[in-house]
Amino acid sequence: MSRIAKRFADLKSAKRAGLVAYFLAGDPDIDTSYQILKGLPAAGADLIELGMPFTDPMADGPSIQLGGQRALKAGITVDATFDMVRRFRKDDDATPILLMGYYNLVYQRGPERFCKEAAAAGVDGFILVDLPPEEADELKPFAVANGLDTVLLTAPTTDDKRLPAVLKYSAGFVYFVSVLGITGTKSSTEEAIRGHVERIKRHTKLPVGVGFGIRTPEQAAAVARHADAAVVGTAIVERVKAGLDDQGKAKPDLVPGVFAYIKALADGVRSVRKA
Amino acid sequence: MATAPNSFRTGPDERGHFGIFGGRYVAETLMPLILELEKAYNEAKADPAFQKELDYLLEHYAGRPSPLYFAKRLTANLGGAKIYLKRDELNHTGSHKINNVLGQVLMAKRMGKTRVIAETGAGQHGVATATACSLFDIPCVVFMGSVDVERQSPNVFRMKMLGAEVRPVTAGSSTLKDAMNEALRDWVATCETTFYCIGTVAGPHPYPAMVRDFQCVIGNETREQMMKAEGRLPDTLVACIGGGSNAMGLFHPFLDDKGVRLIGVEAAGHGIETGQHAASLTGGRPGVLHGNRTYLLQDKEGQIIEAHSISAGLDYPGIGPEHSWLKELGRVEYVSATDNEALEAFALLCKLEGIIPALESSHALAHVMKLAPKLPKDNLLVMNLSGRGDKDVPQVAARMGMKISS
Ligand SMILES: Cc1ncc(COP(=O)(O)O)c(C=O)c1O
Repeated sequence: MSRIAKRFADLKSAKRAGLVAYFLAGDPDIDTSYQILKGLPAAGADLIELGMPFTDPMADGPSIQLGGQRALKAGITVDATFDMVRRFRKDDDATPILLMGYYNLVYQRGPERFCKEAAAAGVDGFILVDLPPEEADELKPFAVANGLDTVLLTAPTTDDKRLPAVLKYSAGFVYFVSVLGITGTKSSTEEAIRGHVERIKRHTKLPVGVGFGIRTPEQAAAVARHADAAVVGTAIVERVKAGLDDQGKAKPDLVPGVFAYIKALADGVRSVRKA
Repeated sequence: MATAPNSFRTGPDERGHFGIFGGRYVAETLMPLILELEKAYNEAKADPAFQKELDYLLEHYAGRPSPLYFAKRLTANLGGAKIYLKRDELNHTGSHKINNVLGQVLMAKRMGKTRVIAETGAGQHGVATATACSLFDIPCVVFMGSVDVERQSPNVFRMKMLGAEVRPVTAGSSTLKDAMNEALRDWVATCETTFYCIGTVAGPHPYPAMVRDFQCVIGNETREQMMKAEGRLPDTLVACIGGGSNAMGLFHPFLDDKGVRLIGVEAAGHGIETGQHAASLTGGRPGVLHGNRTYLLQDKEGQIIEAHSISAGLDYPGIGPEHSWLKELGRVEYVSATDNEALEAFALLCKLEGIIPALESSHALAHVMKLAPKLPKDNLLVMNLSGRGDKDVPQVAARMGMKISS
């Protein structure tokens, strides 16, 4: 069983939903982002999405764009990202880590080599924003061969006719993008989320995670009532930014500030008892 | 290296691929919309009423066919090939961009979309889109890098005058690539009501094929006009390349005429060796950006490198995927011209032919200046004069130390 499947099975036994925390590798610098990574599970994150910064993040709003630029300026690379995961795995063999980003970084290394190196570092899966099912064939066999889960996105525009095509390539969980739009702009309603999650669950037994627009513990709890996990990204990246001084350097309270926020979100998610 | 097909004109395949290039690398939110567009476009192509309406607009609104003009003094000056200029700068709005925009805005109407967005570099595509949206009474938003807003200011005013909203983009290099990112971001949020009118043969399938089809009017006319003028096909075709739409429109109808030499001219900026250029085929390698796989300027990791060109319309680190395919097949030659060479060409055409060319088209002319003298006098060369240079006058004047007032 993959770490992702195991984690969702454990969450089910614990009768609660999970919290998925997204942040960018290398933001605001490699060491600080490693401290964040290392401390996330204790702060309450059940799964981790490690963002791979890209110069042209077409599906991201200003907060994640700026975070990516900070990380690139700090010298983040794919190798350094793998290295962060490798160090993390020395102490934590249970918390799933997914790499999230854009396909070109995978393509340049070669999908086969990328999958091999990611798996060896301790990565559990990918979320690649610009690799829809139509193009997923070029990655999927190598992901499978290396035991990596490919988490594909579904959107409000993904109708019942199209869902099976997306699900065919999905493993680990299904990520529902709850709004029409880029990251960090708008939020969906609990009613709409409930409808979409029920619809997706009619098509698959995979767990469903819901993201985009979740900022408060209350919103996280609302998602937890219907989905198997709540994904929070932009709001975490904004907490990182809030912990920077005038020179853009991490202040001592940056990392604790992020953890305090994660804890509040986790409390929100855990306040919901599931059947 | 890809193997040569029986015909170079059959691409893309049903998944939108030209060999390994092209495809549909977009966020899931957009995928259903892109599939819907593909279906709508296939239906439109098969609908004579659609073609009839487009032909009418091209003739009576845009002013087509554009003349194929024998540039006598330029030919004499360069002392080689017989040079014809395909006068697409005479189109309404001043460039070839209107050919594509009229087609796409008709598509927007056909699909019941109530808002149109576009990205623009030089502003020519933005002006053309603003124009067509005014004509069809559709609200229009144009994304333009803030650097380009500055250097192509006449076009910014034109767009505003035509009722479009111009949104300056300050992310990244603040040029065409960033304008395209921002347009895609808008589209993800508005795709149910908004039509994205892409300005070149790039983006996810079906855009590269659709924009090409709309631009093929350039090559189809050239073929007919040259048969009429000289009784045979041309020998050499030259066009500048930003994303590659004017070049593809000229080349595509000739791809299977083996005797016709096709040359695309990329922007070499300060020189290929300086790394400050926009020549993705010469200085880049295959990667994935803006919905398709194509040659890109990028670093070892795959991070996109900012392009540089004096010409805002060529200042883009990618190129349409069909060009990448044609490069690998060896059917089209791709060369480059620097900022300074383009400026020289700009001045030469003003002096010899009384035509102020766009800085984009000046890159094609810069290569003609190198090539024509080496060709025999009976070599029939057609250069696509893709746009007029009115928009560049302030920028070129400043560069030459000229004052516009007094
Ligand atoms: C006059 C003119 N020519 C050429 C171009 C480059 O575009 P493409 O390569 O798609 O023809 C532009 C783009 O703005 C332009 O305005």
